[in-house]
Amino acid sequence: MRDQQHQEQEQDQERYTTTAIVLHWLIAVLIVGTFTLGLVMTDIPGFSPTKLRYFSWHKWAGVTVLLLAALRLLWRLKKRPPALPASMPAWQRGAAHGLHHLLYLLIFAVPLSGYFYTLATGFPVVYFGLFQLPVLIAKDPALAETLKGVHYWLNMLLAALVAVHVLAALKHQLIDRDGAMRRMLPSRSH
Amino acid sequence: MKLRPALAATLSTALLGAALVASAAPLKTDVAHSSVSAVFKQMNVPVESNFKRFNAQIDYDAAHPEKATARVDIDTASFDMGQADYDKEIAKKEWFNSAQFPKATFVSSSIKPAGSGKLNVTGKLTIKGKTADVSFPLSVKPEGGKQVFEGQLPIKRLAFNVGEGEWQDTGMVADEVVIKFRVAAGQ
Repeated sequence: MRDQQHQEQEQDQERYTTTAIVLHWLIAVLIVGTFTLGLVMTDIPGFSPTKLRYFSWHKWAGVTVLLLAALRLLWRLKKRPPALPASMPAWQRGAAHGLHHLLYLLIFAVPLSGYFYTLATGFPVVYFGLFQLPVLIAKDPALAETLKGVHYWLNMLLAALVAVHVLAALKHQLIDRDGAMRRMLPSRSH
Repeated sequence: MKLRPALAATLSTALLGAALVASAAPLKTDVAHSSVSAVFKQMNVPVESNFKRFNAQIDYDAAHPEKATARVDIDTASFDMGQADYDKEIAKKEWFNSAQFPKATFVSSSIKPAGSGKLNVTGKLTIKGKTADVSFPLSVKPEGGKQVFEGQLPIKRLAFNVGEGEWQDTGMVADEVVIKFRVAAGQ
């Protein structure tokens, strides 16, 4: 019994904080949803109320990701994440850190590029149809065209990196069985 | 149509003497310094887009503002939302139906002075074949040898059938649309 308790305590210490776990999964779900909606809405030909509604939802979701990303970064700076498994080779640690930095960068860069893209097209964001968010740049069709490409390719990069992130987590869980992924899962003991 | 500027020039030269004593004077619109736009709200998002092509004919003499007349013709297919595919859609039947109604027109019926630099304008606005009486305040100020007329006119888009079928939903695009204009014109 004592051993088991001891083990559970150790596992708890190895986990990310509940706040970090909640933020991670919320952002993950929102990113998958917003990304998918982005593909669906841009695939609708012409002009319809549904299309415009999807665009608005996409923008609201993107702004939400940005807000959660800011909270997450602040939390990350305040709380050190639990250590990686001791068995991980140095190159994997380096790769993991590099990937995590890029993912952090992109959860800001992707929504920001979308935000400036929509501003450049002359459509500001009114969050949930209620609060108009700052119009930081004037309408600029040429800039809009550039930002459209930037937003698209940042998204493709994010999708590729998320795929690597997920595969790496599954490898830790299923092949290495080293508990790396469990650090980001909710504790099963309560 | 092509003859009009030449004709106008000839006429204005011929009538120069007459114009000096006439109460109203036709002004030449400086298109580069003029604009006509519409501000609408889409899911509460305010968007302002310009009509790229329009023609304004204003007869105005500062000494006799009450004799002034104005006519504005707007090319409805020239509404520029900054995205080519949207611009194409807005010219379609449900919105401006530009194929059948290429022009939206305002013709003044009376212009009354309302204090310094201010005029009250009434007239008829025709969009998509529907005509309504409108009135709005207009400001006029001299600028760089020209007169600059500025004003805005709030209208209800559904009164002109702009946005039919599923687009009648004012939760998607609000009924109120503000037409904003600035016309710089001089002799």
